[in-house]
Amino acid sequence: MSDFFTEAVLIATVAGAIRLAVPLLLASLGETFGQRSGVLNLGVDGIMLLGAFAGYYTVLKTDNVWYGLLAGIAVGIGLGLASSLISVTLQAEQGISGIGVYLFGLGMSDLLFQRLVGTPVPITKFPKVDIPGLSDIPWLGRMFFQHSVVVYLAFLAVPLAMFIINRTTFGMNIRAVGENPEAADSLGVSVAAVRYATVTIGGTMAGVAGAALAIDLGIFQQNLTNAQGFIAIALVYFGAWRPLGVMAGALLYGFVNSLVLQFKTLGIIPQSWSDIAAMAPAVITILALVIVARRFRAPAALTKPFTRGT
Amino acid sequence: MSRNAWIWLGVAAAALLVIIIVAVSGGDDETTETTEAAETTTTVAETTEAPEETTEAPEETTEAPEETTTTAAAAEPIRIAIVAPSASNDLAFTQSIVDAVNVIESERDIAEVAITDGTFVVEDAAAAIRDYATNGFDLVIAHGSQYGGSLQEIAPDFPETSFAWGTAADTFGLPNVFAYEAASDEGGYVMGVMGAALTESSTIGIVGPIEVGDAKLYVDGYKAGAEAADSGVTVNVNYTGSFSDVALASEAAQAHVAAGADVMTGTAQMVVGAVGVANDQGILWFGTQANQTSLAPDIVVASQVYKWEVVLREILDNMESGTLGGSTYKIDLANEGLVIEYNPDFELSDDVKALADQAIADIISGSIVPTG
Repeated sequence: MSDFFTEAVLIATVAGAIRLAVPLLLASLGETFGQRSGVLNLGVDGIMLLGAFAGYYTVLKTDNVWYGLLAGIAVGIGLGLASSLISVTLQAEQGISGIGVYLFGLGMSDLLFQRLVGTPVPITKFPKVDIPGLSDIPWLGRMFFQHSVVVYLAFLAVPLAMFIINRTTFGMNIRAVGENPEAADSLGVSVAAVRYATVTIGGTMAGVAGAALAIDLGIFQQNLTNAQGFIAIALVYFGAWRPLGVMAGALLYGFVNSLVLQFKTLGIIPQSWSDIAAMAPAVITILALVIVARRFRAPAALTKPFTRGT
Repeated sequence: MSRNAWIWLGVAAAALLVIIIVAVSGGDDETTETTEAAETTTTVAETTEAPEETTEAPEETTEAPEETTTTAAAAEPIRIAIVAPSASNDLAFTQSIVDAVNVIESERDIAEVAITDGTFVVEDAAAAIRDYATNGFDLVIAHGSQYGGSLQEIAPDFPETSFAWGTAADTFGLPNVFAYEAASDEGGYVMGVMGAALTESSTIGIVGPIEVGDAKLYVDGYKAGAEAADSGVTVNVNYTGSFSDVALASEAAQAHVAAGADVMTGTAQMVVGAVGVANDQGILWFGTQANQTSLAPDIVVASQVYKWEVVLREILDNMESGTLGGSTYKIDLANEGLVIEYNPDFELSDDVKALADQAIADIISGSIVPTG
């Protein structure tokens, strides 16, 4: 255990937690928008996978990580709009249609990878950015302020999401549509337009999350996300549909994962227990979800399609 | 919901379903190769659908041999099918069998090679295995320990078809099942000896998937080799708990870095994440299952490469003499089914290479038993 309390290991544990949290944070922040307006999009992981491939392939071809991120955004917007069409206009059962989007993303991303790339080729990763001044602080600097640029962007998105949801007219409309679409509609708010916007924001964030994952790892592979999109959906419930709560959930999940990896590496968790320990992040997140979710109520109109006059 | 909306929903759902089927079947069942590359266009399209659409498959796939056997000799060239869990070019487990069959194809008269890869879902693999057997393939290779249960059910239904299952050491007592495995601890041991000689921090990190089968054998062998070569070396082992989680493998490598490792290795397809970290940090890497030099030409020292063709030759010889199964094979250093391939661009000192050669000789002679 004394091996754990060394500077290098403690810093790596915290820095690792933050890195692991970022794709989850981006995806679940986006999903928060959709769910606050009453739409559950289970296709997050599929969108992440296609965003990841688009990001990877673009960087492979252009060697420019920003183009890769843009490609992820483009894929996210496209699939976000498609998801809106399915859930809002066509009013499909949200618990099922999202699975279709997921399977589509899973299969299509692998198909494209096999056809266009084949053997995994490493790509340029996001540049590391040391925040001037802060990155020199002993310990804390290396934990929090020496990360790749998307890490900062992801955490800056949290206050931005809070501001949009809680302080803007658009945010008020989102909440109204999610709680009582009939009332919102009677006041002249277009339920469909708001939901199209939120689901597309969710898709975009999922696309960015996927691209961020692929470009941060510098590689793509079949099922790269390994179901992170589903964890992200769980984190929205965990975070009680609030950006700060979602961030706390993503960090908790990342931290437990990182801690387990460090413990395994140092032999604090014996090798024979490693497969059981690998379940810890999921188990702890679910337990926390059970405890937290009891105190908060989901948006009243979540998963309920809206038809005027019914 | 209005009547119109229901109709549109139906149309959209049907369209999505079609897209998904096309995408998934294309994604899972990637390549089908035949001896005549020029003729493959139609064969690819037809045979790749086989595992998904079982009812239609027989009519479609039976066309393939007609096209491909036109140039074949009269000595009844055989048809080989491979069903494997990850991508054909994963630089790891699946690629090892695909490369081997390609070698066999260049040596012998093979009418057709069909590949269904990416079947990480065992039921999909089982459907593909049964389909290939139904379509008259002579040898169906089920390349994954997890396919054993399915094979045990399927093989008795096709007594004329030969099945090969790996990595495994059990033929279920069936007369038409061969089993094959790799002594991956042997190459692991040899590279562990090299790793111990190369580490300056006296710390080595290993990233593993789940502590089973081939992966466990390799990890145990590497650890044994490193510790035998230098008892002062600390070998940290980290099983991430997943064969596919690239992000976790990457963080596991970061954990090894924090623990002071300057030499790393790992096994299974998710290690590409760990190789990326090793490359960033300038940490030496040893690969296994396939030559991983292309992933990081600056830091890969050597890779243990599987040459399954050694096993396949024996299986095909058996089949020619009428034996369709019942025996178990192992690739190892002695039969050259396991080969240590060095990265030509990495300047490895002659001393270290000599240590590796000595370890290989000792394992072949039996004076060293890696994980005995």
